[in-house]
Amino acid sequence: MSSKGWGDVLFKNVTLLFSLSIFILTAWIGWELFKNSKLPMEKFGFSFLWDQVWDPVQEEYGVLPFIYGTIVSSILALLIAVPLGLGVAIYLYELAPPRIGNIIGFLTELLAAIPSVVYGLIGVFVLVPIMRKAGAPYGVGMLTAGIILSIMILPFIATISREIFKTVPQTLKESAMSLGATRWEVLKLVTLPFSFSGVLGSIFLALGRALGETMAVTMVIGNRPEIKFSLFEPGYTMAAVIANEFTEATSDLYVQTLIQVGLVLFAITIIVNGIARYLIYKVAKEAEVVA
Amino acid sequence: MNTVKFLSLAVALTVSTVAARADMLINGAGATFPYPIYSKWFDEYHKLKPEFKFNYQSIGSGGGIRQISAGTVDFGATDGPMTDSQMESAPGYLYHIPTVLGAVAVIYNLEGVIEQLKISPKTLADIFLGNIKMWNDPKIQKDNPGASLPAQPIVVVHRSDGSGTTYIFVDYLSKVSGDWATKVGRGTSVAWPIGLGGKGNEGVAGLVKQTPNSIGYAELIYAKQTKLTFASILNKAGKFVEPSIESVSAAARAKMPSDFRVSITDSKDPASYPISGFTWLLVYKNQKDAVKGRALVDFLNWMLDEGQKFASDLGYAPLPAEVNAMVKKTVAQIKVK
Repeated sequence: MSSKGWGDVLFKNVTLLFSLSIFILTAWIGWELFKNSKLPMEKFGFSFLWDQVWDPVQEEYGVLPFIYGTIVSSILALLIAVPLGLGVAIYLYELAPPRIGNIIGFLTELLAAIPSVVYGLIGVFVLVPIMRKAGAPYGVGMLTAGIILSIMILPFIATISREIFKTVPQTLKESAMSLGATRWEVLKLVTLPFSFSGVLGSIFLALGRALGETMAVTMVIGNRPEIKFSLFEPGYTMAAVIANEFTEATSDLYVQTLIQVGLVLFAITIIVNGIARYLIYKVAKEAEVVA
Repeated sequence: MNTVKFLSLAVALTVSTVAARADMLINGAGATFPYPIYSKWFDEYHKLKPEFKFNYQSIGSGGGIRQISAGTVDFGATDGPMTDSQMESAPGYLYHIPTVLGAVAVIYNLEGVIEQLKISPKTLADIFLGNIKMWNDPKIQKDNPGASLPAQPIVVVHRSDGSGTTYIFVDYLSKVSGDWATKVGRGTSVAWPIGLGGKGNEGVAGLVKQTPNSIGYAELIYAKQTKLTFASILNKAGKFVEPSIESVSAAARAKMPSDFRVSITDSKDPASYPISGFTWLLVYKNQKDAVKGRALVDFLNWMLDEGQKFASDLGYAPLPAEVNAMVKKTVAQIKVK
């Protein structure tokens, strides 16, 4: 084998090793979470997933209110951030004059660089009073958390979608225009379908961020482990309860229960990402058939 | 060239730090509540005896108990005494060394009420249990005859993170209300019957400041620094007392068990503020490392003499003389090989 061949083999194997490390890391995290939550598994079994009591004094734990809070606040965030983020991306890519586009693009990226504790403080001191004036009895609560989260995940959707729009071949767009399509029709018939799976990917990346966000959420959600259907009522999330209670958890069962909450959050994240993969795969396949 | 210079400087700095630390590093971890005074002490002590450096991680009382029990630190720190089963599972006997006292202030936000609110223990428990729902409830009005209390629902705010502050507060409520003791109980985190959770003192204070008609609790130092309005509480002797360094110190003038694992909430002393508590250092009775053990004992003795003077400036109450004398006897019993 020539020396060049050796280099290729070496490069291939080294990068393979790097890629495997991602797999190993994920599996390792899952295993450690599983291994360190034996006590609550023995004591509560699967009822841990649907119990609604969280009482560290009596050592009775159920994770359902936290699952509910995590999912509802994340979905609220998506409901706000997806239309907003896509709107920003479309404007920046399709309509904005270059100078304005650059400024807004820069500011959008800046939003992603603000630490979450700062978002939390803005939430507490700005958003909460506004929410109270708007009719929320406490100001803090599920909707407030959803709004803060939506601002935090907005840059993910906006910047990634914009980059994806840029990959749409110019020739495709020009052919559509030459057939007399308006800007809106080009967007609807060419740009959006072409970049659909990529945009979906950006949304799920944002969802992943929303599911795991801790600091900003715990500062504005009210931290009450109860399932209430009004969005003005306080709630609680899995990441928040781990961050809040881990430092002062003294008994083994308590510590391991919090680790198990982490395991549940990990599992939910995997399921959500699995669904995302499946959707992208399905859409890509349909696109092939159409083509 | 510049990079090389910078790198060699960085290496030199790292080496010198390591060399300085190699003298004697004493590691501790635990409670966040006394962190300001502890870091002051360790800093002052380091100036006095540069050969010893104390490294304290304020990871929370729970973490402090876990780490000292696992032997990964030389001393622990906690705001709530260890339970008997925790004491048994530690590899050796741990002394609870009281260092300073703190208190929990009941803070509130009531527009139009100028005078300081007076609250009796049962009423406080009933508010946090959700039994008293309105500010103009006759039970509150009875203690505050002159105040024009609003006909508004009470918004209760509590800590969402586990904390020694919560422990002292619910320990007090458990003592004064049988209902609280059976329904909720004691702990650094509890299942709150009602209310909103704020993260940290700043979270609770922020919510109380912003929410009209709210009530919550925070460390006294924090409440004073941020100028929150706080209530005076009816103590066991039948006096309404507001929290201050003097009234908190008075709470420790109670009969002290020899191991200091005692809650001083609801003290009998007439001058005492009833929601007060100790914070402790956790030190093994039998010190395995002779040099570190001796250094720890020396530090504890300094803390009980010189160190106490720093307490009130930082908003903590120093140990009363009689308790201080008892603690010194305990420190003398620490065995160093």
